[in-house]
Amino acid sequence: MIALSRKRVLPGFSLSLGITLLYVSLILLLPMSSLVGQLSTLSWEQYWNIITDPRHIASYKVTVGTALAASLANAVFGLLLAWVLVRYEFPGKRILDALMDLPFALPTAVAGITLATLYSQNGAIGELLAPYGIEVAYTWVGIVLAMAFTSIPFVVRTVQPVLEDLPGQIDEAALTLGASNGYAFRRVIMPHIWPALVTGTGLAFARSLGEYGAVIFIAGNMPYKTEITSLMIAVRLEEYDYAGAAAIASVVLAVSLFLLLAINIWQARFYKRLHGGRG
Amino acid sequence: MARFTPHWLNVLRGGALVATLGLTLSAPLAQAADRELLNTSYDIARELFAEINPQFVTYWKDKTGEDVEIKQSHAGSSKQARAIMQGLRADVVTFNQVTDVDVLAEKAHLIPADWQQRLPNHSSPYYSTMAFLVRKGNPKHIESWQDLAKQDVKLVFPNPKTSGNARYTYLAAWAAANDFDNGDETKIRDYMKRMLGNVAVFDTGGRGATTTFVERGIGDVLITFESEVNNIRNQYGKDDYEVVVPKTDILAEFPVTWIDEYVKRNGTEDLAKGYLNYLYSDEAQRTLANFYYRVNNDKIAAEFADRFPETKLLRVEDVFGSWQDAMATHFSSGGELDQLLRR
Repeated sequence: MIALSRKRVLPGFSLSLGITLLYVSLILLLPMSSLVGQLSTLSWEQYWNIITDPRHIASYKVTVGTALAASLANAVFGLLLAWVLVRYEFPGKRILDALMDLPFALPTAVAGITLATLYSQNGAIGELLAPYGIEVAYTWVGIVLAMAFTSIPFVVRTVQPVLEDLPGQIDEAALTLGASNGYAFRRVIMPHIWPALVTGTGLAFARSLGEYGAVIFIAGNMPYKTEITSLMIAVRLEEYDYAGAAAIASVVLAVSLFLLLAINIWQARFYKRLHGGRG
Repeated sequence: MARFTPHWLNVLRGGALVATLGLTLSAPLAQAADRELLNTSYDIARELFAEINPQFVTYWKDKTGEDVEIKQSHAGSSKQARAIMQGLRADVVTFNQVTDVDVLAEKAHLIPADWQQRLPNHSSPYYSTMAFLVRKGNPKHIESWQDLAKQDVKLVFPNPKTSGNARYTYLAAWAAANDFDNGDETKIRDYMKRMLGNVAVFDTGGRGATTTFVERGIGDVLITFESEVNNIRNQYGKDDYEVVVPKTDILAEFPVTWIDEYVKRNGTEDLAKGYLNYLYSDEAQRTLANFYYRVNNDKIAAEFADRFPETKLLRVEDVFGSWQDAMATHFSSGGELDQLLRR
């Protein structure tokens, strides 16, 4: 084995691989297998009936639609944030940088309640929007907002290091060679950060699909309108129907896994093209 | 390479230090109690038991000379029941849902099936009913369950699927309509549809609904337990809200029991029984009435009579057959509630 012949910083290939596998089993595979175990108590027909229940389908639409909107908004603004944090020097930059992790540090329920307070009709921001007929709290807009809040760090934190590795001279070189600003951004900078941006957005999307705590307080939870899939799972758990909960969860899980897998495959191809097969 | 090995050992040591520190800090600062009792309770009982527990500790000390500590844990009572089934070794439960105690008998076999016969009043030391909190002057003239289905009324109560509190609201509305329409199911369903259609926000729990109604200013009526409604009014301003108790309403029992399996293992059987029996004492009943819970103790009930408007209380068992029937018909997946909410 090659791993044994080379010197590594961490000791022992077998030891580190063993620990890795044990950790993965404990943290990932064990909970997953209990999910599969719950699923195996259902017949295919029961499973199909649960996952195609009209109310659940309505909740998939709400969840996927709002998660898509939130992650696209985060792709745009997250990129901008990362750009500002890397390319400019300004007072308070460190603070802004640290703030980016806040959504991870804050319990999501706290975030949800705070957002609902701010954006409800009598809240500080909601009050300003109300005269224009814009309702945020207890509509799908509120769901998008909560999802965007909890998932913004994924985009910023994946794009930021790539931008940092990209020296400012590159765009200067492009400009001196006659590229317009737009052309330099599109053809010189974007190709470098594109994979990171897509990964970040994909992670943000997957995270938004499963978000419960932040969304539940601002969604209004009206059947067929603002019910998210995580709530449908919670409802099944309340009924002690673990198999039903697992069935709905499997749909969310499948969508997330499929998306992340697709991104990985796409990214592998992208790097192959970029680096001529060394990637 | 060798430099790195002690590193993670240090991390471990550091972790252990932090853990020890945490334990030391979380240990009670007062003298250690001889025994502890874990009371697992519903979400909105936090303040109630925070008052009752110290009274009980004094009472128990006077009676037996033993120092005990009562720990309390609060969450939705279905969530608590699930936690107990999954191994939370609670000594006693004080719930707001008979079904959540039944589950402990039927699914987990932690208590006998006849647990309701072990203490007076179906093991329910206090009871309540549903009440409406309306905004000052009752601008929408909400007096009865029928008024909730009027066209321009917006309601706030939690989702009956995730909140026991809201299950009572749903059952009370159904029972009142049943009374009003003499059991005509078409009319009852029509009423229920309109009533559920008036809901502005479905929170997942009682406290969330309170926040939506009070802090966010959403809805004309908040429906929750009479006890909760009065405490909200006292907390947020007597002048801004009014309490309405409809003439026909539902009896909401607050079942308690000790968990046989766990008290045996924890060695707390006598303490658990003593604690639950204490809830029936004059002292505890007075505290309960102070929190706007209705009590069966005649003496205390008379003392607080002016707090509790007269209302016809219907029993879930009489209207719906049994709790199991009510749950199966109304709240199961694809049941009556799901049908009523269907577009």
